[in-house]
Amino acid sequence: MSDFLQYLISGLAVGCGFALLASGLVTIHRVTHVVNFAQGMFAVVAGLTAGSFLSVGLPHGLAEVAAVAVAGAVGLLVGLIAIGKPGTSAQSALIATLGLGFAAYAVEIMIWGDNPRSHPGLRGTVEIAGAYVQKQSFLVIGVTAAVFAALLAFFTRTYLGKALSACAANPYAARAVGINVTRMGLVAFVLGGMLGGAAGVLLTPLMPISYNSDVLLITNGFAAAVLGALNRPGLALIGALTLGVAETMVAGYYEASYQTVVALALMLVIMIWQSSRRTALQEEAAR
Amino acid sequence: MSGPVIEVSDLVVRYGTATALDRVDLTVGAGELVALIGPNGAGKSSLVNAVMGIVRPAGGRVRLNGRAALVPEGRQMFADLTVDDNLKLGAWRRRRVPGARDTARVYEVLPELARVRGQRAGTLSGGQQQMVAFGRALMADPDVIVVDELSLGLAPKVTAGLAEHLRDLNRERGLAVLLIEQNARLALELCGRGYVLEAGRIRAQGTAADLLASEEVAAAYLGGPAGDVAAAKEAAMETAKETAKETAKETAKETSP
Repeated sequence: MSDFLQYLISGLAVGCGFALLASGLVTIHRVTHVVNFAQGMFAVVAGLTAGSFLSVGLPHGLAEVAAVAVAGAVGLLVGLIAIGKPGTSAQSALIATLGLGFAAYAVEIMIWGDNPRSHPGLRGTVEIAGAYVQKQSFLVIGVTAAVFAALLAFFTRTYLGKALSACAANPYAARAVGINVTRMGLVAFVLGGMLGGAAGVLLTPLMPISYNSDVLLITNGFAAAVLGALNRPGLALIGALTLGVAETMVAGYYEASYQTVVALALMLVIMIWQSSRRTALQEEAAR
Repeated sequence: MSGPVIEVSDLVVRYGTATALDRVDLTVGAGELVALIGPNGAGKSSLVNAVMGIVRPAGGRVRLNGRAALVPEGRQMFADLTVDDNLKLGAWRRRRVPGARDTARVYEVLPELARVRGQRAGTLSGGQQQMVAFGRALMADPDVIVVDELSLGLAPKVTAGLAEHLRDLNRERGLAVLLIEQNARLALELCGRGYVLEAGRIRAQGTAADLLASEEVAAAYLGGPAGDVAAAKEAAMETAKETAKETAKETAKETSP
């Protein structure tokens, strides 16, 4: 029972990290219709940058926030390259993000080397019903809840958030009222970068990362995001939490190397289910 | 304000190798109602997009003397946002002006919208959505409003009601209107002057009365020979007023809790 509880809470924490990553993917896709394959890179850059900032003496909190800001700046750079030229198709932008994700490997290896790195998070454990859970796990869950609440408030209460939603809903009408859709796309990339960065700084103390950890992260983030057809952050959150718990249970009770298989299998099942559901809906609409 | 609010000269719009507009000249004076009619594919929407800065012209010039706002073809709602949010986004260009996002002035002009202000725009009827599109354009505090296909997909009496609103806005607020319409009779009966656009070129222009009386225009767009223009115009005005009253009553019924 204590093992189960431990895996459950740790899994929820890992799932929260995936949820942050997935929400970044969803934010960018909703506004620009681009699947951003550089999303995992934002987490890697922020995780490694936070470690560097801490090692030069920046205090906890400030180092993590600064690393998230760096990820936001990297997001802007990726956005400028991917969608900065008016008229770039979503497919071309997707290839650009994929290329940038791989190009970043060289820069990351030059700066941080190729060995996995971690940085200390919130130290200590908490005992719940005989299970020892790292305090960092609770921090990840708490921060994720706060970020999702802030995102909800941003998109439903602020003028800028509503303008972003307007671009997602109807880019032509958004242009008609004078909203610069390309600029809003760049805002989405900055947000996506910061959300990916938040995932990176929160997960690095729980799971060491290296330059190529983005593959594992993007696989999980994408698997979570496809549950909501890359458009619904709430469903992405549910998908991410399910994935995090499932993977931690598999790693705990069976074999850690099966974790990615779980993510890929889940993604496949969801995509098959969604495509069959869409066909059924189309048939229904055609009647 | 002196001079035209919209001045288009020698405008050329191209998509790749296809020429959508070929050296088009058009003006809309302050407080004037101008119609632009033409068949499908004539380049009407390209002209709208060029005037609104949505597409970049390949040649020529578009000069706006004042603010222009667009009521786009097909209403183009932000479907998941409320009516109030749709209206507020209409003030995007003036977002830094204090009070620019206050929707009360639109509800004053279009009271039918006040009853559905909290409703998601995607759930409204076509006529109500067109009214939201009007309101959204008014939020920009425009000097000229460009209406792209007022009647598209709407019942004739709903269209007539909206046309009456447009006439009121022109009469009471001095708002200039460029009305792009496939329904030539509606457009020419509403406006004082008009242009006929075909295959990317202006084929005819003049007062609405002249265009209505033209055999060519009548044959191509009005479904028959030109008739007694003044009588037709008067009859249409009366019908529009009647149907506007009916539409307002129906909207009130539809939206009352």
